[in-house]
Amino acid sequence: MNKIRVGVSVNNDKIEFLCSPEDTVLDVLRDNLRLTGTKEGCGTGDCGACSIILDDKLVCSCLVLAGEVEGSEISTIEGMAIDGKLHPLQQNFLKHAALQCGICTPGILIAAKALLERNPDPTETEVRYWLAGNLCRCTGYDKIIRAVMDAAAEMRS
Amino acid sequence: MCSKKDEMKKKFRVVGTRPIRPDGIEKVTGQALYGADLHAPNMLVGKMLRINEPHAIIKSINISKAQKLPGVKAIITFQDFMEVSTNKTNDILENCLANKKVLYDGHAVAAVAAINSEIAKKALDLIDIELEMLPFVVDVDTAMQKGSPVVQLGRKHENVSDDFSDNVTSFCSFGHGILEDGYKNAAKVIERSFKTPSVHQGYIEPHACLASMTADGRSDLWCCTQGQYNVRAICADIMGIEESKLRVTASEIGGGFGGKTTVFIEPIALALSLKAGHPVKIVMTREEVFKATGPTVSSSIDIKMGMSKLGIITAAHAVIRYEGGAFPNETYELGAQSAFAAYDLKAVKSEGYNVLTNRPAQAAYRAPGAPQAIFAVESAVDELCEQLNLDPLETRLKNAAKKGTKASYGPTFDEIGLIATLESAKKHPHYAAPLAQNQGRGISCGFWFNFGGNTCVSLNINFDGTVGIIEGNPDIGGSRASISQMAAEELGIPLERIRTVIADTNSLGHNDVTDGSRVTFSVGLATIKAAKAAKKEMCKRVAKLWKIHEDAVIWKDGYVLPAGPNAGDQEPLSLKEIAAMSAQTGGPIAGHHEVNAEGAGVSFGVHLVDVEVDPETGQTKILRYTVFQDAGKAVHPSYVEGQMQGGSVQGIGWALNEEYIYDSSGKLQNSGFLDYRIPVASDLPMIEPVILEIPNPGHPYGVRGVGETSIVPPLAAICNAVSRATNIRFTELPLSPPKVLSAILGKE
Amino acid sequence: MVKVKIWGSLVEATGFEYVNVEGTNFIELLENLQLKYPGLRPQIQRGVSLAIDGKIYKESWFTPIRKDSEVVLMPFMIGG
Ligand code: FES
Ligand code: FES
Repeated sequence: MNKIRVGVSVNNDKIEFLCSPEDTVLDVLRDNLRLTGTKEGCGTGDCGACSIILDDKLVCSCLVLAGEVEGSEISTIEGMAIDGKLHPLQQNFLKHAALQCGICTPGILIAAKALLERNPDPTETEVRYWLAGNLCRCTGYDKIIRAVMDAAAEMRS
Repeated sequence: MCSKKDEMKKKFRVVGTRPIRPDGIEKVTGQALYGADLHAPNMLVGKMLRINEPHAIIKSINISKAQKLPGVKAIITFQDFMEVSTNKTNDILENCLANKKVLYDGHAVAAVAAINSEIAKKALDLIDIELEMLPFVVDVDTAMQKGSPVVQLGRKHENVSDDFSDNVTSFCSFGHGILEDGYKNAAKVIERSFKTPSVHQGYIEPHACLASMTADGRSDLWCCTQGQYNVRAICADIMGIEESKLRVTASEIGGGFGGKTTVFIEPIALALSLKAGHPVKIVMTREEVFKATGPTVSSSIDIKMGMSKLGIITAAHAVIRYEGGAFPNETYELGAQSAFAAYDLKAVKSEGYNVLTNRPAQAAYRAPGAPQAIFAVESAVDELCEQLNLDPLETRLKNAAKKGTKASYGPTFDEIGLIATLESAKKHPHYAAPLAQNQGRGISCGFWFNFGGNTCVSLNINFDGTVGIIEGNPDIGGSRASISQMAAEELGIPLERIRTVIADTNSLGHNDVTDGSRVTFSVGLATIKAAKAAKKEMCKRVAKLWKIHEDAVIWKDGYVLPAGPNAGDQEPLSLKEIAAMSAQTGGPIAGHHEVNAEGAGVSFGVHLVDVEVDPETGQTKILRYTVFQDAGKAVHPSYVEGQMQGGSVQGIGWALNEEYIYDSSGKLQNSGFLDYRIPVASDLPMIEPVILEIPNPGHPYGVRGVGETSIVPPLAAICNAVSRATNIRFTELPLSPPKVLSAILGKE
Repeated sequence: MVKVKIWGSLVEATGFEYVNVEGTNFIELLENLQLKYPGLRPQIQRGVSLAIDGKIYKESWFTPIRKDSEVVLMPFMIGG
């Protein structure tokens, strides 16, 4: 089998991996690098559980081929807390009970972080539309939206 | 005497607060391990071969080519399994892997384990299957008719009429009073037929497991499930081993809602592992989840209901037909029993049928069977109110079940919270808020039984005064938090000193599945009793130390103290101090409790919703949504609210968008989240929860199950709102834009 | 004797909506019901619950039943 050698930075660590041409970034993160915090809910770009940030862009890692990310910078949920200190979004998700089962949480946190980096003061509607690609079946979104709004307010102050 | 009621009103210190959940940090940092997150050395990948035909005889399966593919380690079919002990287990196995017939689109016929997924997929392509196609049936009403294709023969119960096809497996009926008299006294009688689609639980985590089984039968299974003990019982039966040989560990679970109360892949992974001599991991794709795990039943329901001028329901009759796929199930009974539970009726009858079709076997989904039946009943009530010009909330109050009401399913209700819930909805500003054009307000009651069940809890007092709790129910939405809270309350110690872990099947006695909204109620009950046992032991030790009788010491707020002046004036000893003396006073201190908990107490809810229907597109927008529900006592109010909000939104999806769509060749057309559309954040407003606390006399803290009731009212609440907004009575879900639009155009 | 309410579709097996049987707890009652009304046997074998004074018991053989208890036979329930 023809494996491809790829060098990337994941959460600021330089790493190399070998992958098959059909492997997605999600496959590599989960199976090769054992970074299982990024979840697979569908594998077809419809649920957002696999959200990562790839060179400053929010993407579904299940839709990106691993062989094509040479030289890029990837951030995943595992890199969100810095030196053991939780990001304000993570803190607010806990405070607001914005997770029940928690399977959607890594993807939603990554997506919300990408939003707040672009728009530090989003309206409720903006948050709802930004997160429309991230499915959560447990919460009905109410507490998630509140947690994101509160985290945004906290980060602004 | 301090009565039970007084104890219920007692002030709580920890119960009722909103601490951060103990498993929270792992879950916001990606460290928590879910079903698919475990890797084992030497692990193989397992995949299933599924047939995309609704109904066919399996003439032959030829695996010889696939077997020769390098990297393939094991292939199994139904023939690799021995006979199992019961019909129920056999149904489960045949649903995992087809025996003589393919029974639905997506039914598996073989499974492969290989060194990687590429090879496993290739091997699946190399398996030759010879099929003989059969006529099929996917619609419930068609399947009942004589002459319709029969899915399975010989499943009919003794009490089912011969007027139906053999697909009708079971029948039940409930009720009391004489319907005809009631209809005579009515000012208005209506007869309506309703349909609801089958919908999927839609948990975001697909089923996943990792199994290893050795030739002597010793085996380990890691999987995402709502009940590891149930998985063990089923798998041990299927694999022909004693339960003690199989250890099942429940991973963190990414949603279940009833859908993870049975098995779909676990026995397959065990059998592959046994054959290959390696651990085997199976992870379902989303398409497999939709096609081959259990959605809920679809329904066809007739209602006849009479109402007096003053709004009293004089008689009500429901005929409920549920289709739950290719295997028999009991959901029809729950539907027939819950249909009229909210009302105090003189004459009532509900009849239920279960029907086989060429669809995947249904699985439980949050209050299984209740949403469909109650949708039909609440729609009829609403239409009668409209026709008789009556206020829909007042009318429900007039008919509401209360203490002393003879429930339509038989027993007489004790304390229940429906009237209080309705009163609270009536007082809420939502009910009086103005509505604009094209807007409508809907209301519906909801009901669920709630379960107790088999439960074990072990509580260990560590030497440093911290406490370890071992329980056996997967934490599906914050139960570690609520259980720790109840223990902290009972022991009088800070919450931080308690750690609750979820046991594998071999570390604690049997626990029923996390279902029926039972965990906070039953595990909480057992935890409180285990804490009481530990307290008793601590009192005993201190009494010995103080050389006084056991009865002369009491426990108060985390301390043992002399019962009164006669007992002495010793300084109170804290739990921490007593724990430190464990070794010297008789050894480790622990409490445990095992029970088959009863007295869960039924639950009622009322939902209010405002919608706006766009007459140009037929699109329904939810403008405002308020949920009123009795929680008994909300242990962690945030998670109670979360259950109310989450269940409501699942119900909103059911009402507006979600449905299994089969084409004319019996194949499922929408087996992905793109076409099976569950609600997303931008579809919704905030969901306002209003928690009522009417203590449940069956629980020491008054706790009542809260998980399921919230999915029941949205179907009718939304349908009633849309009907009022458009002046068209809808009777079929989902209210998708094309359906609503064509009704609007039809009216014009 | 305890008065037991039978649900609608089982009345065919007993002939009556209410039947009287001996029994001081859950299991005695079920045993005597089957003895007196063999037609109930298939359903009782498939599983039943009992509502005793308004509370639903799924199993619990030793749950006491008084002569004046309200007893209702119900199907065995499974949940979500
Ligand atoms: S797994 Fe990538 S979007 Fe669902
Ligand atoms: S918390 Fe379970 S899917 Fe979002």
